[in-house]
Amino acid sequence: MLRPRITPCLLIHNGGLVKTKGFAEPKYVGDPINAVRIFNEKEADELMVLDIDATIKGREPDFKLIAKLAAECRMPLCYGGGVTQVEQVQRLVNIGVEKVAVSSAAIARPALVTEIADAVGRQSVTVVLDVRKRRRLMSAGYELCTHNAKKAYNVDILSLISEFQKAGAGEIVVNSVDRDGMMKGYDLELAAQVKSMANVPVTFLGGAGSLGDLSDLVSLVGIVGAAAGSLFVFKGKYRAVLISYPTSDQKNMIFHGTTELCNK
Amino acid sequence: MIRIVDYGVGNIQAFLNLFDRLGLEAKRARDVDDLVDASHLILPGVGHFDYAMQGFNNSGLRVRLEELVLKQKVPLLGVCVGMQMLADSSDEGVLPGLGWLPGCVHSLTGKPKDDSLPLPHMGWNELKIQAPSPVFPSAEAESPQFYFLHSYYFSAKNRSDVVATANYDFDFDAVVRHENVFGMQCHPEKSHRWGEQFLRAFTEL
Repeated sequence: MLRPRITPCLLIHNGGLVKTKGFAEPKYVGDPINAVRIFNEKEADELMVLDIDATIKGREPDFKLIAKLAAECRMPLCYGGGVTQVEQVQRLVNIGVEKVAVSSAAIARPALVTEIADAVGRQSVTVVLDVRKRRRLMSAGYELCTHNAKKAYNVDILSLISEFQKAGAGEIVVNSVDRDGMMKGYDLELAAQVKSMANVPVTFLGGAGSLGDLSDLVSLVGIVGAAAGSLFVFKGKYRAVLISYPTSDQKNMIFHGTTELCNK
Repeated sequence: MIRIVDYGVGNIQAFLNLFDRLGLEAKRARDVDDLVDASHLILPGVGHFDYAMQGFNNSGLRVRLEELVLKQKVPLLGVCVGMQMLADSSDEGVLPGLGWLPGCVHSLTGKPKDDSLPLPHMGWNELKIQAPSPVFPSAEAESPQFYFLHSYYFSAKNRSDVVATANYDFDFDAVVRHENVFGMQCHPEKSHRWGEQFLRAFTEL
């Protein structure tokens, strides 16, 4: 039977890898190609690479860098950042990217998702939604963000997911802005809400700080993508850079909800 | 020489890298001359069935490949949509398939009885070997795990052509073989050691 996916998420900023906190304070964590090689050796389930400069600088994906990453990558690769046109998606798929992530361009024009799905198949279209808990007094729920959380929109996240599913999204990634880099666990309440209504694969990103956090997500929502950045690039409370990934035995424990993981 | 059929669709580089790592000589085949030395053929494919078929039909490679595969019996492996193209037809498109491996391609929609299961079928799943085959030589304690990413599945006409199935609340044909023609729905080029073992075994045929 299908297994949940444990997906390292790497952020690209100024050509290097960084890890952010709350979508800010990018800390340099190394060379992207080197990181891909390490995740190959560790047999990661898949890899997500997001270029956090492209959209805010209004530039295209860095096809040269992505081609190098894709060539090195021996696991499925999802790329996001600066994708606004179908032709870019076709080019990315042809250089070896399995899934192309869109966010701000799809939010601005949801028909883009349909156009991409028609061209490359819906299995290769990932819609990333950056969500943040509403900050204003007397207003509950979540708001949607784009442009590295510099822009915010007042929309209902669940209806938006439903709209993107209809438009042809093959996967939805829900990325929690508040929990980014905090390493205190996923937003399980949101995860449960999203998973109960979604009929495409969903992946949650933001907040994982231990293998127990991955296990908590999987035990709550079942077959899911559990993505994480900090968890797989930092070690210890001083956040020393060290790339890690669960072993095959640890993965089995995560998938079977073994509690000893949670006591770390 | 292993030749990866390059008709403009699919992840050719990933195969080249993997064969390089395995120490096996592989090159892409863009035109008929590239096929002269082909000992094994890989037919990759992604995206919409008609888009892939159209690209293949317009590549100028089809006639020569038919000769190699159907007459000279050169081993060929179709991967993902490349596998689906081997079928007679696909529900996804209107163009006919190659018909090199008897079967039809159907949509996964509505197939898993548990409708809480998401589609497309995305992620790592295990193969259940149905028939002894040189492509799965070692009987490991652990079932082989492969990465899947698809919305349509291959259904072989002859059950004797089914090498392995996978389960997503229903069993579907994940690896098929008819004489020298092989098809694999999952992605061996993205399936770590399981994929490497499989591709190595295929090239030893």
